[in-house]
Formats: sequence, C-alpha cells, structure tokens
Amino acid sequence: MKKFISRFYITIIFIFLYAPIATLIVLSFNKSKTRAKWGGFTTKWYVELFENEVILEALQNTLLLALLSALIATVIGTAACIAINHMHRAWRTFFMGVTNIPMLNADIVTGISLMLLYLSFGMTFGFTTILLAHITFNIPYVILSVMPKMKQLNRHTYEAAMDLGAGPVYAFFKVVFPELLPGIFTGFLMAFTMSLDDFIITHFTKGPGVDTLSTKIYTELKKGIKPEMYALSTIIFITVLVLLIIINKAPAKKETGREL
Amino acid sequence: MKNKRNLLAGPYLIWSVAFIIIPLIMVFYYGFIDRDGGFTLENIMAIASPEHSKALWISMRLSLVSTVICFLLAYPLAMILANLSVNQNQFIVLVFILPMWMNFLLRTLAWQTLLEKNGVINSVLKFLSLPTVNIINTEAAIILGMVYNFLPFMVLPIYNSLARLDRDVINAARDLGANNVQTFLRIIFPLSIPGVVSGVTMVFVPALTTFVISAILGGSKILLIGNVIEQEFTQASNWNLGSGLSIVLMIFIILSMIISSILDKDGEGNML
Repeated sequence: MKKFISRFYITIIFIFLYAPIATLIVLSFNKSKTRAKWGGFTTKWYVELFENEVILEALQNTLLLALLSALIATVIGTAACIAINHMHRAWRTFFMGVTNIPMLNADIVTGISLMLLYLSFGMTFGFTTILLAHITFNIPYVILSVMPKMKQLNRHTYEAAMDLGAGPVYAFFKVVFPELLPGIFTGFLMAFTMSLDDFIITHFTKGPGVDTLSTKIYTELKKGIKPEMYALSTIIFITVLVLLIIINKAPAKKETGREL
Repeated sequence: MKNKRNLLAGPYLIWSVAFIIIPLIMVFYYGFIDRDGGFTLENIMAIASPEHSKALWISMRLSLVSTVICFLLAYPLAMILANLSVNQNQFIVLVFILPMWMNFLLRTLAWQTLLEKNGVINSVLKFLSLPTVNIINTEAAIILGMVYNFLPFMVLPIYNSLARLDRDVINAARDLGANNVQTFLRIIFPLSIPGVVSGVTMVFVPALTTFVISAILGGSKILLIGNVIEQEFTQASNWNLGSGLSIVLMIFIILSMIISSILDKDGEGNML
C-alpha cells in the first residue's frame, strides 16, 4: 500500500513537470498557427525551421554562448578551486562568499548590475557583453561542483607522486586531476544548462540585433510564437533525452561521483 | 610553490571584483543619486508609494505561498526518492534537470495553453463532467507557474540532505523504541533542516523577483516588484529609480540569506 502511494505520488509530480513539455511537443505538430486550436497533424514546421534564418541564428548564438561561457567558467573556476582549497581561512571565506553572491542574488539584480557596469564603461552591448555575463553566473556552478571533490582528495597521493619524482604539474595532472574530473564535468554541464536556459540576465545585457532563443521567444510573446520555435525545442529536448539515455545505459563506471 | 598555486585564483579574483563586486556597487551608486548626480534617498523611499508597495506586497505574498506549496510537495517526494536504491541517484537528478533543456519561457507559455478557458485541462475536466478551472491571468496561475518552475530547487537540496542521512541513526532511534512519527519528528526532520533551508531560499528569492512568470501567466494585469523594476530599466530608462527599488529587493534577499545562514551553520544544504 505504502509503495502504491509512493508510486502514485511520483507519477503525479512527474505529470506536473512534464505536462507543459508534452504540450509543446504536440504543438510542434499542430497545423493551426494558434496555440488554442488543433488544426491537424503536420511536420511542415520542422521543414520551415531550417529555412528560418532568424531562428537558426538565435540558435547558433545560444549554443555558442553556452559552450564558450561553460568552457571559460570551467577553466577559471577549476583553477580557482585548486588555489582556494589551500588558502588561509579568511581568503577561503571571502572567495566562497563571493561565489555565493550570483547564486543567491536575484537574476534581475545581477542582470541590472552588469547592465549598469557596461553602461558606465561605455561598452557596446552585443555578443561579448552577454558572454561576460554568462561566464559570471556560470563560475559559481563550477566552483560548487569541483570544491566538494577537492575536499575529498587524499593529499598523500599527491605527495607520494612528488616523492616518486614527479614535478608538481605532472603530479597534478596524473594524480589530482582524474579525481576532480567528475566534479569538473558536472560543473561544466550545469554551467552549459544554466546558460542555455537563461533569459533574465541575457535580457539586460544583450544589445539590439543580437538574440538568443530566449530573448527571441520573449519578443515573440506579444506577437505570437512562431510554431517553428516549438519544433526546435522539441528537437533539442529529444536530442538531450536520447543522449542521456545512451549515457545512462552505457556500462556504469565504478564510482560515478556525480553528486549533483 | 605555495605562492604559485595562489596565482591560480588570480583570474577568478579579478573576474569577481570586476563582474560581481563592482557591478553591485554601481547599483548602490545609482540607487542613491538623482538624475543630476546629487545624493538622494528618494529612489529608495519610492518603495513607499502606493503602486510600488502594492507590487512588493503582492510579490511577497505570492512568493511565500509558492515557497510553502513547493515545500509541501517536495518533502514527501524527496523522502520517497531518498528511499530508492542508490544507483538510481543520477537518474532522479536528471529527471528534474531535464525540463530545463526545454526553454523556460516556452515551458511557462505551455501552461497558458493548458490553463486557458477552452484549454487542455478544462477540456479534460469537461469530458469527465467535472467543474472547470478558470485561473489564467489570476494570482493562482502565477503561483502555479512559480511552483512549476522552482520545484526542482526545493526537491534537490532536501533530497541531498535526506540521502546523506546515516541509516544507523534512524535504526538506533527505532531500537530505542521510537515509532515512525517520533523518528521523523526528532531525527529525520531536524537532520534535513539544512536542505530545507537551502531549498526555501532557492525558491523564495527567484519567486520574489520574477517578472517573466507574471508577464506570461498574469496577463500583464498583476504587476510584481520584478515587473516594476524591469519596466524602469527597459521602458522608462529611469536607472536611478530602478536601482533604488533593486536595493530594497536586495535587503529582502539579504535578510533571507541571514536567516538561512543562522539555520544552516555548516553550509551543508547545497543543491549541488
């Protein structure tokens, strides 16, 4: 009985979480242009999607931003973790405090604060300003994923490698880095996802002419969303779903260490 | 050697000063000056005007209600998930992260389609001859949107703190004669408080400050404090007033952070 209630509850929450996603997938096959009516089945939006250069450009911007910001944030964040872990308590508190600011602060305030910074320094709003903003809110995700791995490290293995004649850099990449890798990977993935899904901060840091999928959708909200957008989201979602299933089905490694 | 290692934090130090600390100082700077650059408290005091204080009051109310609902939904769910076998761990997290790959605006927009007067939900209810719901463009729809978007931020930290619980402690309580309710109230719940606290802040702050959910599901009739600030920046171009209101907003965020750090001293309740 208890098991039944548990199952039932999980199913309800699952439906709640995935109902809008199912709706969007259905809409992508809707012949009628409005969301309100079902006009019959069609795949034409999928064809038109690849002819819609505005959407494709927004997609390219979105992916490029996500990839670049996640990569740069991973490098800066991981390097910082290595140093912070050995610092004096005061410095560590400072760094972890700073790291928590973008995590805990409201996105709208982060967005506004960066907008004011760019305005004051007379920067031109465009791709670069969005990229800088995305790196800024991505670094904390990397640090918070790598730091726990850093703390679990056994110092003696690194010292042993040094005793056996390895230089600090060689010892790091041979001994420490593999241990950190799951955390780094998680951080990168989180950063990539957050960048991809961000709207609010991009909204305040973008310039005219540069759009990501989110900002494109926001401007379309008033005019009506182009059905190609549903088709594109469906493709993205299904791709990620398939990738995740493949990764999960692949023979599990001994210690997965993905403590998200 | 040691100094060389410290250099690795250099890029992050520069980055965080340039893109986190200085921008925040700018918000305070703009918030305390008027258009001519003179010092003023007017932008902060503007929160007391009827329209602004009403927006803040609605935001507070809606975000509190959605935080409570998120907690009530998430806790039992986290308990069920924590009792599943360990190797399903990754899968569970993925189930909650996966929706984020479908754009946040589109997901919220989909609720509009679901909730509309002749939308999917009402069609199903009509078919089952049940009373229909008309909550689109009301506060209820905004709350639903908040709960929907932020529920994962409540589930994951609670799940993490429950999954880390030492089974021996629970077994010890049972051995000493505690029943299910006692074990929960005196052992499980107190030990999961860091997760709860973290979840509450992770839901409350974005809910308090959102302007998108209210724009999509509230039919632009219900203005939250986030909507007011957004309009000051993008339409009215009154950065000073927008910054002043942001400072007020930050005071509430800082308050909730202080409360959470008191309740979660060791910082155990991380989402990650």
